[in-house]
Order: sequence, then C-alpha cells, then structure tokens
Amino acid sequence: MSNTEKVLSVEEREAVKALLFQLADDDFLFSYRASEWLGLAPHIEEDVASSSITQDTMGHSAMYYMLLENLGAGKADDLAHLRPAEERRNSVLTERVNGEGYYMDTPQYDWAYTVVRSYFYTQAKKVKIDSLRNSSYEPLAEVAIKVNMEIYYHLMHWRVWFEQLLSSTEDAKVRMTDAIKLVMADFGDVFSYGDQKEAIERFDIIATEEDLEENWILAITPMFEKLGNDLPVVPKNAERNGRNGEHTRDLVEAIATLSEVYRMDLSASW
Amino acid sequence: MVTTTDLKNDTVLQVLWNVKDPEIDTVSIVDLGMVEKIEAENNHVTVTLLPTFLGCPALEIIRENTRKAVQGIPGVAEVTVDFIYSPPWTSDRVTEQGRAGLKEFGIAAPPRHLEEDGSWHVDCPYCDSTYVTMENIFGPTACRSILYCRSCKTPFEAMKPVSTLM
Repeated sequence: MSNTEKVLSVEEREAVKALLFQLADDDFLFSYRASEWLGLAPHIEEDVASSSITQDTMGHSAMYYMLLENLGAGKADDLAHLRPAEERRNSVLTERVNGEGYYMDTPQYDWAYTVVRSYFYTQAKKVKIDSLRNSSYEPLAEVAIKVNMEIYYHLMHWRVWFEQLLSSTEDAKVRMTDAIKLVMADFGDVFSYGDQKEAIERFDIIATEEDLEENWILAITPMFEKLGNDLPVVPKNAERNGRNGEHTRDLVEAIATLSEVYRMDLSASW
Repeated sequence: MVTTTDLKNDTVLQVLWNVKDPEIDTVSIVDLGMVEKIEAENNHVTVTLLPTFLGCPALEIIRENTRKAVQGIPGVAEVTVDFIYSPPWTSDRVTEQGRAGLKEFGIAAPPRHLEEDGSWHVDCPYCDSTYVTMENIFGPTACRSILYCRSCKTPFEAMKPVSTLM
C-alpha cells in the first residue's frame, strides 16, 4: 500500500491484471501439486521442508490474488477456487500431476520429476521476482521484495536436491535426466505472456519474455557446468500455452479437487 | 478514563505489548518488530502491521488479537488492523527483549550475521553451546529452522534470518 500510488490508465490496469493472473495461477497450482506430497515425501525432514515451502508459495499466490481483488477483479478466494480451467493463466508445467496414481489411493509419484520441476520453476520465479522488484506497478514491487526473501531458502533447497541426485547413482541420474526432458517439454510457456505479450511488456511492469529466459539460462549455467550436463533448451513454441488458457485434463481435475470444500458452501466465512 | 481527545499512541502501544505471538507466549508482536504504525484519529485507531512470512497462518489470529486488545482501551470506538508489505519485515526488527523472549521459550534468536555463502550460525538456547548442527532450514512454522545441540543433546529451533540482502 503506498500513498504515492499513481492512477493507472485503463490499458495499463488491464496489463497489470493479465500479468497478476499468470503469477497468481502459477504459484497456486505449483503449490497445490506440492501439497499433494504431504506425508509422502522421501523422508520426514523433507516432508517438513517441502510443506513449509508450499505454505510460503500458497501465501505468494494469495498476495497476487489480493492485488487482483484490489484492482476490482473479484474476491481473492473466488479467483483462486471458482475459475474454470479455460480461464486459468498458469503455465502448463505447474498443473501437471506428480506422477501416476492419486494421493488418496496408491500414489506412485515421481520425486525426480518434482525436484527438477521445483528447481527450474523456482529459478524462473526468482528471475521474475528480481525484475518485479523494480516493477512500475508499485504494489507488485512491494510484494516482490517480500517474496524474494522467502524464495531465497526455497531455491537453496531445490538446488541441493538437484545437484545431489544428479551426482548420485546411475539410477538417480537416469531418472533425473528423464525428468529434465519431461519438464523442459512443458517449459515453452513459462516465460511467455501469451497473447498479452505486447500489453504486459509495454508498461515496464516486468522484463520482456526474452530477457527473463536469458536470465534463467544464465542462472542455471553454473550448475550445469559443474555437473557436466548439457544445458536444457527452452522450446520456442509451446504445444499448449497456458497463458492463453490452453490446458490439460490435469488442470480440470486439480481445480475440481482443490475447490471441492470451498464450493460446498460459498457463503461460509473462512 | 481515557477520552477520545487524549487517546495517545503510547496507550495503544502499551496494550500491544500484551498481544503475543500465538505460538510463542513469551514474545509480543512489538518485540517481533511487526508493529509499523499506530494512528489514532478521534476514537478510531489504526494499527499497521508487517507480516513476518506471507503465508503465515497466524496472521489472521494476530490481526484479531490486536483488534480485540485495542478495542478494550476505554474511549476507542473503532479499530482497523492492516498488514502492509513495505517496508518488508526483516529478522533484524526483533528487539533485544524479543530475542530474550525467544530464548526463554527455547528458540534461538535470528542470527545478525550471514556468511558470504548465505549460511549462518546460532548458539544453543538451552546451554549456550556453539556446538550445534543444522537439521532442517525449514521448521514447524515458516519462520523457524530446526537445529540440534551436540553438547546438551537437545533439538531446538531458531528463528530464520531474513533480510533484503537475500
């Protein structure tokens, strides 16, 4: 909240909202998928760590939904729970299931996939947050400064897992290499603003898609050099672009599950 | 009785010393450095707080406890409790009294110094030994880490350092 908040033009306001929906939906879905690991992580300390990271991340998405609420987009809780898949603007990467099965049944979740997705996603988030700290939209810049302090620990955590598993047994290396391929196949829309590219980039709300991608590559290069692995390549064109509302079945199912309780009584006070 | 005209910010601050962290009853929200601003206008008091961590589920409890505490001051008709994000809460905002309160509860105060590689060190809050190991940077709440004292063989928690330098 700032006293010096300037009045936004209609175009700028719509651009800010478009970006906020992408940021909010990204963290919301990423956090939801991580929460499905609760009680299933490889060991007890990891269960504590990843659920703490998940809680922080859910807090970040709540902040973005709150900024949207302040811009008149609707109630934050409704934005999180009630929007159907085609209205969501998250990257397809964040909606993908953790592996086969269902946590209430017999989950066969893939930890290697989770480590790779979490490291790559968190590094992408760090690159975006670094840019957002200087956002022309001041309320977003203020939130970014706060988020930055928290993801410092998240990034450290996923870097350790990534490096250790890729320096481990042959089995671990094979699983990690397969996971990198899977994650990168969905990386085409992570830095995309979809059909809002021009609008979002016009007002200095955040850096360009190209700059973000370049910074991400720069940030992960030392890790890959150290491990002697080939740098991943960000696909030029996403098969589906989540920023344009193109999603998979996984998202439809995720929304149905995560909003089940909320939908039971829409007038309940949380 | 305090009337609306002589309602002072000091009076409000006094009652905020009694609003404790919901999980750490030896530390008030003032000691934690969460109270950024107190404004009294006529009989309407606005307290502006800084969240420690954005996803902290205790924030709404703290908001309600703050509202109730201030509402109890004679002469106060209306209370607003706001959370703001700028300036960001950082762990160096915890006061000396707050650090002592944390230790009393068995939680090491947040370290004031970070190494160049981002690592940090605290002593055991029970026996003051420096011979401790980090078990998990993430703890039972967003703001705490889990450590183990090799001297008195006690697991303990530390408040995580957070700073704008990160």
